[in-house]
Amino acid sequence: MAVSTDRRAPSTSETRYSAEYRDWLRMMVLIRRFEERAGEAYAVGQIGGFCHLYIGQEAVAVGTISALRADDYVISAYREHGQALARGMSSRSVMAELFGKATGCSGGKGGSMHLFDSSLGFLGGHGIVGGQIPLGAGFAWAAKYRKTDQVSLTFFGEAAANIGSFHEALNMAGLWKLPAIFVIENNGYGMGTAMKRASAIDDFAIRADSYGMPGVSVDGQDVLTVRAAMDEAVERARAGEGPTLMDIQTYRYVGHSMSDAPHGTYRSKDEVEERRSRDPLDVLERRMRELNLIDDDGMAELAAEVAAEVADAVQFAEESPEPDAEQLFSDVYAPNQGTV
Amino acid sequence: MATMTYRDALNAALREEMTRDGDVYLMGEEVAEYDGAYKVSRGLLKEFGPLRVVDTPIAELGFTGIGVGSAMVGLRPVIEMMTWNFALLAIDQIVNVAAKIRYMSGGQVACPIVFRGPGGAALQLGAQHSQAFESWYAHIPGLKVVMPATPADAKGLLKAAIRDDDPVVFIEGEMLYNVKGEVPDEEYVTPIGVADIKRAGADATIVCHSKTVKPSLQAAKTLAGEGIDCEVLDLRTIRPLDVEAILRSVAKTNRLVIAEEGWGFAGVGAEVSDLVQREAFDDLDAPIRRVHQADVPMPYNKHLEKAAKTDAPKIASAVRAVCYRD
Amino acid sequence: MATKVVMEALSPTMEEGILVEWKKAEGDPVTTGDVLAEVETDKAVMELVARADGVMLKLVVAAGATVPVAEVVGWIGEPGEAVPSGSDDAPAAAPAAAPAAAPAAPTPATHPEPAAAVAAPAVPAAASGRIKASPVARRMAEERGLDLGAITGSGPEGRIIKRDVAATTATPMPVTGGAPTAGAAFTDVANSQMRKAIAKRLVQSIGPIPTFYLTAEVDMERATEAREALLARDKDGRFSFNDILIRTTAAALAQHPAVNAWWMDDHIRQWQDVHIGVAVAIDEGLITPVIRHANTKSLRAISAEVRELAGRARAKKLAPEEYTGATFTISNLGMFGIDEFTAIINPPEAGILAVGRIEPKPVVIDGAVVIRRRMRLTLSCDHRVIDGATGAQFLQTLVGMLEHPLAMVW
Repeated sequence: MAVSTDRRAPSTSETRYSAEYRDWLRMMVLIRRFEERAGEAYAVGQIGGFCHLYIGQEAVAVGTISALRADDYVISAYREHGQALARGMSSRSVMAELFGKATGCSGGKGGSMHLFDSSLGFLGGHGIVGGQIPLGAGFAWAAKYRKTDQVSLTFFGEAAANIGSFHEALNMAGLWKLPAIFVIENNGYGMGTAMKRASAIDDFAIRADSYGMPGVSVDGQDVLTVRAAMDEAVERARAGEGPTLMDIQTYRYVGHSMSDAPHGTYRSKDEVEERRSRDPLDVLERRMRELNLIDDDGMAELAAEVAAEVADAVQFAEESPEPDAEQLFSDVYAPNQGTV
Repeated sequence: MATMTYRDALNAALREEMTRDGDVYLMGEEVAEYDGAYKVSRGLLKEFGPLRVVDTPIAELGFTGIGVGSAMVGLRPVIEMMTWNFALLAIDQIVNVAAKIRYMSGGQVACPIVFRGPGGAALQLGAQHSQAFESWYAHIPGLKVVMPATPADAKGLLKAAIRDDDPVVFIEGEMLYNVKGEVPDEEYVTPIGVADIKRAGADATIVCHSKTVKPSLQAAKTLAGEGIDCEVLDLRTIRPLDVEAILRSVAKTNRLVIAEEGWGFAGVGAEVSDLVQREAFDDLDAPIRRVHQADVPMPYNKHLEKAAKTDAPKIASAVRAVCYRD
Repeated sequence: MATKVVMEALSPTMEEGILVEWKKAEGDPVTTGDVLAEVETDKAVMELVARADGVMLKLVVAAGATVPVAEVVGWIGEPGEAVPSGSDDAPAAAPAAAPAAAPAAPTPATHPEPAAAVAAPAVPAAASGRIKASPVARRMAEERGLDLGAITGSGPEGRIIKRDVAATTATPMPVTGGAPTAGAAFTDVANSQMRKAIAKRLVQSIGPIPTFYLTAEVDMERATEAREALLARDKDGRFSFNDILIRTTAAALAQHPAVNAWWMDDHIRQWQDVHIGVAVAIDEGLITPVIRHANTKSLRAISAEVRELAGRARAKKLAPEEYTGATFTISNLGMFGIDEFTAIINPPEAGILAVGRIEPKPVVIDGAVVIRRRMRLTLSCDHRVIDGATGAQFLQTLVGMLEHPLAMVW
């Protein structure tokens, strides 16, 4: 039953989403500026630990998450700032969490890799490669159990498609026809290891065949293409027809984490420059200009909005209090530990 | 009071809780059509149907993660490990997710889930199937670790574990499934974190849990004939540890032996010893002694296996030692 | 240069000795060969003599202390000389080159005058350092205002443990037997070096409990007559020969506390009262309910108690305290037609009595062969506690009581 389809070619005449284009563009620009600012804050020690930036991959988060309903579930790995923002978490709560402040979305206890907002169904932020894939299947299982038509969206990198949890979770999702969408954010590198050096096949979409679900290969630099493919997957999931595996090809312009240069021993500066030449922000802006949906003034206005929001987020994070000392011991167990 | 086996007590607890709460479901290998590898889930498929009693592929990491995910969004799964040896494949989900999702989400996401199945050695199952892992899980903040020794405790504690809002590692014993005991007829729940004095005594305390409760009672009986009156304290829950009960008993007897099934190094007994030397130093009349598995992988040969395991004579000698009677 | 006085190995097997008494006081002049102290070894009390000349600078250990061989007990040196501090291995003084010995006038032990106290920055706790005591023993001693240094430890390596402090607090123990007194249920007898050596050797030779056996044959004619007479007087009375044995043995033990004793590893506990364990066969094996204070109870009371306890023993309804704490045990297989046997000691008890059947036998009395009812008793003794003569004397008392029932009340 499985079909592997290639969604690489965008439909140039596509206009059904045009009303949403500005929102998408604004969100993609917000993510870009937010991440750039986060990088600066990291460099001066305002953000600690690991910090994995999303720059270059914005169309994946925006194209997929924009297709969801408010009661759906989203889960991701540790490069999730962009997805958290796309899901509607405020710049303030995300930036404050990166700063480790009490006002952060996880109260300063999670950090860059553990962003949560349960009111938005955004359930992390997970630091172990592949660990979130069965969890996403579990959200879908719960939806099936409760007979709701909720959908579960799980993000992971292409390197996680080589780990056992991927295969186990997809097998059960296919077997039980769970309303799950598994998105491989294929940026070509697992840290410093190129996909071709880690995977026996280079087309991840066909792995769906093994698990009785459709697999689609999608151009991740064009948000429209991503969204169109996502809509099909969501529709199938809501209709009880089971899961979909989406291999969305994208590229991270920055290093794996803040301790890693954008290019180095594992990829060349030329490669990075070449891939940056087809930037997802430009692709959408160009389309909007062609359709007269935005002009220079509009772009300036959008940029100003975003700049103000990011500046506000940083100021908020800087001015927010540290968590209280007693927060150290709270949230380990449920508040009323006694059973019954 | 009805007399029933530990296995049937667990079965009754599952049935009662699944009847009481529609969010409770059972998932694992062979739990449904096969009626359970150890028949703990006997009859539940027929009664509750395939959505609530779910057979899985042999994929511990995967189905444990699915269970944890469903608990994060409000279901109350009971995930059966055919044995805890296999749970090593799933430990990433138990330790990296279930145990800390509440904390790292700043209290937003709970994980009310029970992981249960038989732990420790049975008879001649060899090195990979004879391991007691409670100290591994007890090491992890965010988890609760429950290990009943009797049918009554098994039922009451499994019901408590299912109702608990935190992840509970519930370790049973293949050698306990056929143990019979009286189980109250009326509905009851046994609180987690409360130890139980299985035998009161004045001369020495034996702290034990799960499979070491019975040999501890046997040792106490032998020692009574030698004029040593032992108190046998069944921890029932490893985490949270019933600190008060342990200290109270040691204050009374001044002597402590800790018997456990697993290895000694960084074991449950090490934790209890640390607690007692720190909080009850002035109550001790002798150094604490521990009885545990020999520091080797479990051998297959039955004589070697017996030599490796904790048993009543080894517990009795340890008690004699703390009573200066060895 | 001061010279060490060490605990010397005064017997080939000696590992430690008790410094019984100092014969020199600090400040006393000392000449090579002078007796410095009396030391009890595992064999005998020996003399520790001076190996150097000078004055007794320092007595490091107090009289009564047990000291391992080679450990420093004192120092000899020039008057006013400082004693090397700590565990400095001070080289021994030049080989005592047979000096013109001014025969030491052993002055009665006096304390050194303060002036000579250059040497006095004493090391009071001695070379061995801190007192070993379990935490609870320390706490109890503190609560009761007891000096740990004054308490002898019975734990491993002399560790003072709870029971030692508890024993110190109790009223002084009467040393002899006699009527049981409240509050003093037993006497603890410290093990002498000889007792320790005997215990060690015997265990090496025979196993954990070095047991020997003493057998005696008893003429039961008078006991039988007495029993029949008593039964005739009280038609409801029911008592067995076993009850008579319990009562008689208890009376005999009360006169021989050395046999009514427990081996406590580092000392012997002689009980004042007699608590007799009675072996009762039950389905699963055997259990020994205990008749407490059997030496103070009437035959009638013992008989009733034995029947009651044995009944509950067979029903497995005995509480632990009802089958523990015996000071001596009787095992009777007479009813099974056994002539005589040896019973196995139930530690920590030091003895057990094995009772055979009563059977008519030809014996020679006053030169004539007559048929008498006879019974064989075998006493198993823990040789660490009971020596041959001690056991024999007890058995003699017991046989005498059985053969002359009135002796019981003598």
